[in-house]
Amino acid sequence: MKLLILIGLVLLIIAVHQLMRVIELSREFKKTKEWQITESDNTFNGKMMLTFMFVFFAFFFWQVDRWNDNSLPGAASVHGQKIDALWDYNMYLIIVVFLITNGVLFYFGYKYSGKKDTKATFLAHDNRLEMAWTIVPAVVLAFIIIFGLKYWNEITERSTDPNRLTIELYAKQFDWTARYAGKDKVLGSTDYRQISASNSVGMDTTDATGNDDVLIKNEFHIPVNREIEFKMRSRDVIHSAFMPHFRAQMNCVPGMVTEFKFIPNKTTAEMRKDPYVIQLMAGINKARSLRNEEPVEFDYILLCNKICGASHYNMQMTIVVDTEKDYSEWMAKQKAVKTLAVKTEEKSK
Amino acid sequence: MAHDHTATLEHAEHHDHSHAHDDEHHESFVSKYVFSQDHKMISRQFLITAVIMAVIAMTMSILFRMQLAWPGEKFGFINAMLGDKWGKDGVLNPNMYLALVTIHGTIMVFFVLTGGLSGTFANLLIPYQVGARDMASGFLNMLSYWFFFASSCIMLSSLFIEHGPASGGWTIYPPLSALPEAMDGSKLGMTLWLISMTLFIVSSLLGGINYIVTILNLRTKGMTMTRMPLSIWALLTTAILGVLSFPVLVSCVLLLICDRSLGTSFYLSDIYIGGRPLDNVGGSPVLFEHLFWFLGHPEVYIVLLPALGISSEVISTNSRKPIFGYRAMIGSMLAIGFLSFIVWGHHMFLTGMNPFLGSVFVFTTLLIAIPSAVKAFNYITTLWKGNIQYTPAMLFSIGMVSSFVTGGVTGIILADSTLDINVHDTYFVVAHFHIVMGLSAIFGMFAGVYHWFPKLFLRMMGKKLGYLHFWLTFVCAYGVFFPMHFLGLAGVPRRYYTNSNFPMFDNLVDINEIVTIFAIIGALAQGVFLFNFFYSMFRGEKAPQNPWNSNTLEWTTPMAHIHGNWPGALPTVHRWSYDYSKPGAEHDFIPQTVPLAEGEHDGGAH
Repeated sequence: MKLLILIGLVLLIIAVHQLMRVIELSREFKKTKEWQITESDNTFNGKMMLTFMFVFFAFFFWQVDRWNDNSLPGAASVHGQKIDALWDYNMYLIIVVFLITNGVLFYFGYKYSGKKDTKATFLAHDNRLEMAWTIVPAVVLAFIIIFGLKYWNEITERSTDPNRLTIELYAKQFDWTARYAGKDKVLGSTDYRQISASNSVGMDTTDATGNDDVLIKNEFHIPVNREIEFKMRSRDVIHSAFMPHFRAQMNCVPGMVTEFKFIPNKTTAEMRKDPYVIQLMAGINKARSLRNEEPVEFDYILLCNKICGASHYNMQMTIVVDTEKDYSEWMAKQKAVKTLAVKTEEKSK
Repeated sequence: MAHDHTATLEHAEHHDHSHAHDDEHHESFVSKYVFSQDHKMISRQFLITAVIMAVIAMTMSILFRMQLAWPGEKFGFINAMLGDKWGKDGVLNPNMYLALVTIHGTIMVFFVLTGGLSGTFANLLIPYQVGARDMASGFLNMLSYWFFFASSCIMLSSLFIEHGPASGGWTIYPPLSALPEAMDGSKLGMTLWLISMTLFIVSSLLGGINYIVTILNLRTKGMTMTRMPLSIWALLTTAILGVLSFPVLVSCVLLLICDRSLGTSFYLSDIYIGGRPLDNVGGSPVLFEHLFWFLGHPEVYIVLLPALGISSEVISTNSRKPIFGYRAMIGSMLAIGFLSFIVWGHHMFLTGMNPFLGSVFVFTTLLIAIPSAVKAFNYITTLWKGNIQYTPAMLFSIGMVSSFVTGGVTGIILADSTLDINVHDTYFVVAHFHIVMGLSAIFGMFAGVYHWFPKLFLRMMGKKLGYLHFWLTFVCAYGVFFPMHFLGLAGVPRRYYTNSNFPMFDNLVDINEIVTIFAIIGALAQGVFLFNFFYSMFRGEKAPQNPWNSNTLEWTTPMAHIHGNWPGALPTVHRWSYDYSKPGAEHDFIPQTVPLAEGEHDGGAH
């Protein structure tokens, strides 16, 4: 059997070789060389340009139709809704530019495909045209920059709300810990040298302000309509805290504390009743049922968005946005860490 | 300008006399094919090395695309290629996934689109198009290639070591890349990556200095700066960017080597890893990011500008029209080059860098859109009322303009720090830079290969196979990268081994499948190119002297690779290179060596 395949292969190679020799010999006698561009080549490729344009645009709209409803739901935070609005304006603008520019490009490719006995128009430059497409983009960009920076400044301003809730997101390979400041509203200081199996986030055990801090794994809760100030730290490499539903993202950098703040304005329960989210989850659960997997409900999520090692793809935490009342009830059930400082204080009493 | 040339010309004339003898010399195999100092041979060496590297990097992308489309499925060939260690039972190992993503990026950005693109076309076109006998220093030029070769070998050798190659992403952010405890790829693989890149930078600098000196000093009589083809302007700008920015990458890499091997703390602080706290205090990974992107952003334009330059030549020649707005094209190229040095922070909006600094980078970055728009519109206007000759090179150039626009517009979103919060590090970014930088640059490179193949190998590439290659590649390229925008809009992060651990991404499986199917077809389509390329190299039809009826000087050289390029005296240039379809002329092209007729104006005025 193997011998047969081998013989077949050898014969095939000989056949291809002979065929090529024939082609090579025959082209010697042809008047026009294979590489020379004929009018029919130009017509063919010109038409292909036009065809491609239609196919390309059809593909674009097909994708929008099919996949746009897979996009993240509308922002669930105050600043996020502003970003979404700005996003839409920018997106419409670039889609128009994309369609017009590509359309003109491919149309010209069709319209001016080369013909015999035609001569191109000698046109080296035109100052008015060139000024136009320097000034118009400049003016449009000025607006984009002004609006973008206005929001950027608001978003990145330091949190000053006295009623804010401060949470530390602590990243390590490959999980998250959320640390709440507790009753005193002050996060205890930290020292990476004190990290141990029982002190996973490296709390400074001599600092009493950390006594009432609360450490949360897997799922953390935040109250709706209150400013949440996140402080990010990392134990080992750079991670990035990405909370896509809130339009929030910030790297966690070893040796630094980074910050991001936002006001969530929809509870998890409210989101689950949102019509867009319902259709989104229907799509997700349909895909899951095809693979015999349990249906799931909508949840906000925190995921790692900076390559951090082998299990980067599975570094997540669920976020639950509660009403203020539910949040307080949940918080009351959590236990404070009680660091070494507590024990020494207790002893001295 | 002419007086600059006295010294050059004397030098050239001296060459002329010695030439007659040189040609008689029988070169040894080693001096002709291996340690050649001839720009044409070095150009071919760069090109063939880059083609091999590109095939390797493309194959890697197919392997990780298979994993992304069908996570956990077993593929016999993955096991066959990677063995039991990295592809047990035919499933890609997560560490290997990251390694493939990293090395794919590194090879494509540096070895194919920097070394390969600039190395091939700067070497081929600069002496030919400015009318020089060779590069200013043939010896340094030879070294440039061999450093590149050594660097390629070291990079590839890292694929075969115990813990695998570098796998922290092509941007190798520390501490991930600095600490061997953080991932397997940060062990020996990372050391080899750093050595390889250092050699690569040496190669790039040797080449770049040579390119600049040759363009500035060895232009032939009459070749003023404003008569140079745009390809040369692009290569000049590229070389300047490289010479100014690559040294910063050396320092960036050197400090990382110190952190890895000598216990310094440039990038490290407050780290607890592998069960113990490290002594390093006071460093900052953000410093690394600044240094890296100070090269990294100009690098984008190092990759892109040669493609723009090549396309300018190809589009003008095959539209049979002068390039529209020659001086605006030069101006916008220089503007892009300048701005590329002051925008690096837009990669770092969310890294903990001061947000005010972020605003400054938003402003400078969005400014780049203006010269870019000028270039795109000028290409389109060049087509307007042209007489387009569809060579495969022309198709790829039009493809380049399309991808430059399509990928460019999403840059406006990403440059806006506010909107960047939504899609930073997601597939939206992957789509953006692959289209605007990857596709544009590789299309430009293909255009260059098809257009200058007659000068590279003295034969012609097959036209029909070229058409097939273009249309398959063009369709598949958009098929691969366009749907990725929608993954980004759904919030999918890049560099995830699989999306299946998040129920929220379960409805996106079909996008990943479509992308991978297009990627496989697109990769197979490159077989058409490879066949055409290698077959034509040996058996293609013999090329005539000026197959595309082009104006530039390289088409006045004889159809043989002779030492010194022109037998006898160097050509004298009398006009710019874009006199296509000039009213009153007999043919629709007037080579640069034709003297101006009485009353005729140069530079597009008529």
